[in-house]
Amino acid sequence: MKFGVIVFPGSNCDQDCFNVVKDVLKQPVEYIWHADTKLDHFDCLMLPGGFSYGDYLRTGAIARFSPIMDSVKKFSEKGRGLIIGICNGFQILTEAGLLPGALQRNKDLRFICKPVELKVQNHKTKFTKKCKPGQILNIPIAHGEGNYTCDEKTLRELKKNKQIVFTYHKENPNGSMASIAGIINKKGNVLGLMPHPERASEAVLGSEDGLFILRSILSSRK
Amino acid sequence: MTEPQVYRELGLTDAEYQRILGILGREPSSTELAMFSVEWSEHCGYPRSRKYLKLFPQTGKYQALVGEDAGGIVYDDTAIIFKMESHNHPSQVEPREGAATGVGGIIRDIFTSGARPIACLDSLRFGDISNPFNKFIMNGVIDGIQFYGNCVGVPTVGGEIYFNNAYAGNCLVNVMCVGICKKDELVRARAEGIGNSIIYAGSRTGRDGIGGCSVLASAEFKCTDEEKRPTVQVGDPFTEKCLIEATLESLKTGVVTGIKDMGAAGLTCSSSEMAAAGGVGIEFDLKDIPLREEGMEPYEIMMSESQERMLLCVKAGQEKKIIDIYTKWGLEAVKIGAVIEGGLIKIANNGEPICEVPVKELANAPLYDLPWEENRKSKIDNRKLDKPKDLNKVLLKLLASPNIASKKAVFEQYDHMVQTNTSVYPGGDATVLRIKGKPWGLAVTSDCNGRYVQLDPYLGAQIAVVEACRNLVASGADPAGVTDCLNFGNPEKPDRYFYFKRAVEGIADICRQMELPVVSGNVSFYNESPQGAIFPTPTIGMVGIVKDIKKRCSVPFKDRGDLIVLLGKNKEELGGSEYLSVIHGQEAGSPPELDLELEKRVQSVCLTAIEVGIVKSAHDLSEGGLAAALAECAILGKMGASIRLKDTFREDALLFGESQSRIILTIAPQDIFALTDIAMLFALPFEIIGKVGGKKLAVEGPKKKLLDLPVAKLADAYFSALRR
Repeated sequence: MKFGVIVFPGSNCDQDCFNVVKDVLKQPVEYIWHADTKLDHFDCLMLPGGFSYGDYLRTGAIARFSPIMDSVKKFSEKGRGLIIGICNGFQILTEAGLLPGALQRNKDLRFICKPVELKVQNHKTKFTKKCKPGQILNIPIAHGEGNYTCDEKTLRELKKNKQIVFTYHKENPNGSMASIAGIINKKGNVLGLMPHPERASEAVLGSEDGLFILRSILSSRK
Repeated sequence: MTEPQVYRELGLTDAEYQRILGILGREPSSTELAMFSVEWSEHCGYPRSRKYLKLFPQTGKYQALVGEDAGGIVYDDTAIIFKMESHNHPSQVEPREGAATGVGGIIRDIFTSGARPIACLDSLRFGDISNPFNKFIMNGVIDGIQFYGNCVGVPTVGGEIYFNNAYAGNCLVNVMCVGICKKDELVRARAEGIGNSIIYAGSRTGRDGIGGCSVLASAEFKCTDEEKRPTVQVGDPFTEKCLIEATLESLKTGVVTGIKDMGAAGLTCSSSEMAAAGGVGIEFDLKDIPLREEGMEPYEIMMSESQERMLLCVKAGQEKKIIDIYTKWGLEAVKIGAVIEGGLIKIANNGEPICEVPVKELANAPLYDLPWEENRKSKIDNRKLDKPKDLNKVLLKLLASPNIASKKAVFEQYDHMVQTNTSVYPGGDATVLRIKGKPWGLAVTSDCNGRYVQLDPYLGAQIAVVEACRNLVASGADPAGVTDCLNFGNPEKPDRYFYFKRAVEGIADICRQMELPVVSGNVSFYNESPQGAIFPTPTIGMVGIVKDIKKRCSVPFKDRGDLIVLLGKNKEELGGSEYLSVIHGQEAGSPPELDLELEKRVQSVCLTAIEVGIVKSAHDLSEGGLAAALAECAILGKMGASIRLKDTFREDALLFGESQSRIILTIAPQDIFALTDIAMLFALPFEIIGKVGGKKLAVEGPKKKLLDLPVAKLADAYFSALRR
């Protein structure tokens, strides 16, 4: 399975995503510069965390205008591969309209970096098929703007379509509506989540729970 | 004829001005005068400290790299580069930008060498936080660190925060950065090859930070000094992140022969020091420098400390390769000049010569031997101290003292995991980082108890070094190299200078005995406000090697039934302790004594036991003594312990005294024989003091119960102090 990690100026988890695919999943992976446009030979695109364009103006607000984003949209429409946006990647996907809603500043206005517990709300997606129903995953967050928000109609739809994939378990660290930590699009090929599975994929880092998500992606092609 | 007032305002003395006349054989131009003033300031040229800095050992048990911007050590095929630097005065004037640019500056010092920055640590000192102004400074500094550090993608993995009113008018912000690269990929900060090009890359030059190092960093402080705010720079972490990637990519091309960042003293320092290091000259015209605004004077361009700028020496004919890389990352890069023969820095402004100075002389600041005067040592008589009735209350009060309390509320605001190397999180003794593709890892820490140094500069500075070592050892690392940030008062006052001299001697002596090289560092003088000088604070940054990353160790208790072992010896010492300050309101006495032979044996036993694989948790004893250390292991491990102590001296000294050379370990009961063998090997007596388990921390003395507290209650005190 061929992975592509999109690099925006200011991305800072691009190398972490690249390394986990190459060293842990042992799959082919390439960096994709934000000014490129060709994506046809990839099976999974990763939009990494970081501060694209310094997150000036608003997180993800400038990155959505990068040349690559038109190709990302087409890639999702064709439905031949998967797209996962982590942290800043999730923020870019909502700004680009590939996922509904928006991510506001954390409720106490502070950046938070710590391990959190996630509950798998939908284990039947291509990103969670290796998880058990309601499984609890230990994966860290690191963001200043992870407070998921949408209008009531969208929230009803998200619930009805089982698009809410992960919620924060017990403690809601950032004030997200319905404790939402990650959602998927209707078609089921675009996932956005605030926690960082690439930071929880090796025992030496304290948790391997991120692999449930990454290995689900791998098995989706089989 | 230059009026004395002109050069004095720039921070130059009459004698220094005469020396400039001698070097040039004529009156300096305003640009030249400005350049001398910054190069000869304490911040750049170390005229008032170099004499003693020469005492530091430059070799140790690992190969040491002592060089231009940042030094380091070599392990395996890897160069580990690290340095610590202060940004005290800018942070006192403008906390957020001051701290942010402190982070940016030290990160540039590291990647300038070709090493990728992998970790930052922040060592901070503030006045008492019950005072709203001190709290404002602290919140601003933390905000600046998280704003810059999180965006730039280098994890902030550790550091310390101390509070004392000695820092009320002059906070300390010391930032350390660690980077790694293959040892043969290191790049020098020098210009070489006559005819090679000098390229300017990064942000444009503006009017920010003019005179930052000579005016702001090299004079005493008056209250908030608001008129000095324009001397503080403004940082842009997004540009820095792009600058890191573009620079490391450029260095991989092999056409860059040398590179230096523009930090303190900006273009003046980078151009003249690169030329001096290469034994060549440099020539450029200011019309080619990318400027942020029109109408800047030549001296302003040369002194500006605008952030996120680099100066490169590139092989002639290969300029486009480098310019293209920076352009790809959205950064400007332009050729501004060339390397010339003859050792002169020649600067023109639109073709008109405005500077022609020999770089060797410019980069060679005067050397001063300042007078010093010994301070009287303070003494306390333990017998005159009241014995507290309720030791439980004392422990809770100490755990809630901001100096001991958990700094979790702070380090959770920093991204301490990006780059996916952080293996033992901050909040314990040292932070442990794995190195991708290697069986080994690194442990990093910073340390200094300024109160000890105030009470006895020689001993206090030595304790800062051995305590940093113990932090590393308790994490499973072999201490390998030291960087320091020497924060002191006005060196022209003999009593202040004494602290500096003795602290440096203390560090130099102990590092030599511990076989640790001092690979880099920074001196920050003039840390005074109208309230007086700060506590002398020689902050020690240290890097250790975890030979097998699987054998890393951390503070929390791990399993019920494990034995708790104390390495080292309890002594009846209360001088300089947090207990004495918090409970008795005294900051007096002699710091705890240091028996270096015992210290070495304690460290050897601890490290060997961890490397053999029998240690489940380890914690160094420091502020708050044995009781605070046990409480921390229990709180972080979420399990209690029952302890029985045999020592018969004063109970407050036993529980809260800060005697050196002590570490507590936990091991499985069956491993006691293995531990005994190791301890015998190093002839170290040790004591089994208790067992992990239950929900309470219960401590019994030889005669009666001393402590009995639920872990939940301890945790409450420990975590609540720094929450807003």
